Amino acid sequence: MNAPIRVDLQLIADMVEPGTRALDVGCGDGALLAHLMNAKRVDARGMELSQAGVNACVANGLSVIQGDADADLRDYPDDAFDYVILSQTLQATREPRRVLEQMLRVGKRAIVSFPNFAHWQVRLRLVFGGRMPETASLPHKWYDTPNIHLCSIDDFRALCRTMGVRIERGIVLNSKSRRISLPPLLANLIGEQAVFMLRRD
Amino acid sequence: MLDDLTDAERKALAQCRHAILGVDRPLRLDCGVDLGPYRVAYQTYGALNDEKSNAVLVCHPLTCDQFVADRHPVTGKEGWWETLIGPGKILDPDRYFIICINVLGHCMGTTGPQAHDPATGQPWNLRFPVVTIGDMVRAQAALLDHLGIPDLFCVIGGSMGGMQVLEWAATYPRRVFSAVPIACAAHHSAQNIAFHEVGRQAIMADPEWKGGDYRLHQTNPARGLAVARMTAHITYLSEQALQRKFGRSLQNRDALGFGFDADFQVESYLRHQGSTFVDRFDANSYLYITRAMDYFDLAGAHGGVLANAFKGTATRFCLMSFTSDWLFPTRESRAVVHALNAAAANVSFVEVDSDKGHDAFLLDEPEMFRTLSGFLKGAATARGLRSAS
Repeated sequence: MNAPIRVDLQLIADMVEPGTRALDVGCGDGALLAHLMNAKRVDARGMELSQAGVNACVANGLSVIQGDADADLRDYPDDAFDYVILSQTLQATREPRRVLEQMLRVGKRAIVSFPNFAHWQVRLRLVFGGRMPETASLPHKWYDTPNIHLCSIDDFRALCRTMGVRIERGIVLNSKSRRISLPPLLANLIGEQAVFMLRRD
Repeated sequence: MLDDLTDAERKALAQCRHAILGVDRPLRLDCGVDLGPYRVAYQTYGALNDEKSNAVLVCHPLTCDQFVADRHPVTGKEGWWETLIGPGKILDPDRYFIICINVLGHCMGTTGPQAHDPATGQPWNLRFPVVTIGDMVRAQAALLDHLGIPDLFCVIGGSMGGMQVLEWAATYPRRVFSAVPIACAAHHSAQNIAFHEVGRQAIMADPEWKGGDYRLHQTNPARGLAVARMTAHITYLSEQALQRKFGRSLQNRDALGFGFDADFQVESYLRHQGSTFVDRFDANSYLYITRAMDYFDLAGAHGGVLANAFKGTATRFCLMSFTSDWLFPTRESRAVVHALNAAAANVSFVEVDSDKGHDAFLLDEPEMFRTLSGFLKGAATARGLRSAS
């Protein structure tokens, strides 16, 4: 009944306690929502930018509305959810810091995953190729990418420090989507993407 | 109470159930008047299960009635939502106990201005108290009490029916497990009120209306009511739909008539809509029901903050709007969604791409059906209802 989901989504799901309330911002086709509902009895809601994505989710029995992270989180009251999840979307928001603030206001915890712009392949392509990097996790051309606020794992940690946000868990994945345990400097070089669970300090 | 019926009411009541309510305890209306006794006409499909957990209330829009899924006793046409309700359909009577109640102030069996005032024995006509969407919903709740139905698995409706759904969710949150307001709004806009006012003025300008006492004078303000219907019908369609359907095509002629007959097909169509409407609708009822919609303002009734109407709600909501609906545009549904978010409610919202205008919710819209089917499946699982056989 529970079909396997993308590795980064599975990592996020593993961080969510059963029987809690979660909001998935940018829930796409609803794979994570369905998994949280079915496998963990989570009261899971979704927000998705594309109307086609929303309609497909609702037709599958998921609670999803059309909306975007920048504009629509502010409607929700404080502490409405145990978790607010943003997977592979932070870099596409207009105001990532504001979005993180809103996530941590609406949710007791925030779970964020994003591609690491300091991954060695990215660095090589920019430094030696002299062109904007295109990789598996960043497949777009510079002129049509939705990713307008890319950051590295270290950048993200620094922002959390600035915001006074506690990182409860951090998981770094290499380009084969395997977890790696390395010191921060190396993790920022080898990690292709990262998943963080945050909490207000 | 059954000796003062109009022909349409007599036919309607012969084909549906009814209850006399408010005998011991009258219904306190928003205008302050106590109404009672009053009659409520309703139609049901399917059966209530042992747990009483499968009741679905369908709220009808302005010009429809309780005959949601069977032949209409006056027009002989099929039910207005048979696309949705019936054996093998999304709302299957084999699975759900489906109830549709003729609203207060209407003219298909439930007490309205055509009824007799028990105090005087005379027809109410314009002396009938002005009723609101809230009054309609309280009368529906009174009927459910009478029928011993504690709560509803789902309340669903479009347009004015959607307003009733919102009112139900706000007034009786514990009796509403899931709510599906379609193509509606939490209030009537200035433009909506304006169109209704044109319709009402058309009725009142008809010399046969006689200040509402037309039955006493044995006249019939059919022309005024027909014009009201024609105006309203334009608002139910989109510009694209009218253009696609009629364009500038001429009606049964090759050239312009240089007169004021229905040269154009669109004119002929509207005249037909108007003239058939008067067979099944009462002019005074039209005044009262449009007024009820105009008065609807859910935020206004909750301190000006729509979210207050839904505070702490456990109801599961699914809202739908249609891209070409300019009577109840998507932004109105979105405002309700924002209010529901502010109440941290469980809400889904789908905007259906359609060029058929407001009426789309009554038509064959696969996207709407997919949405409804998925939403109801999720809600039924959460409610522990048995799956469709």
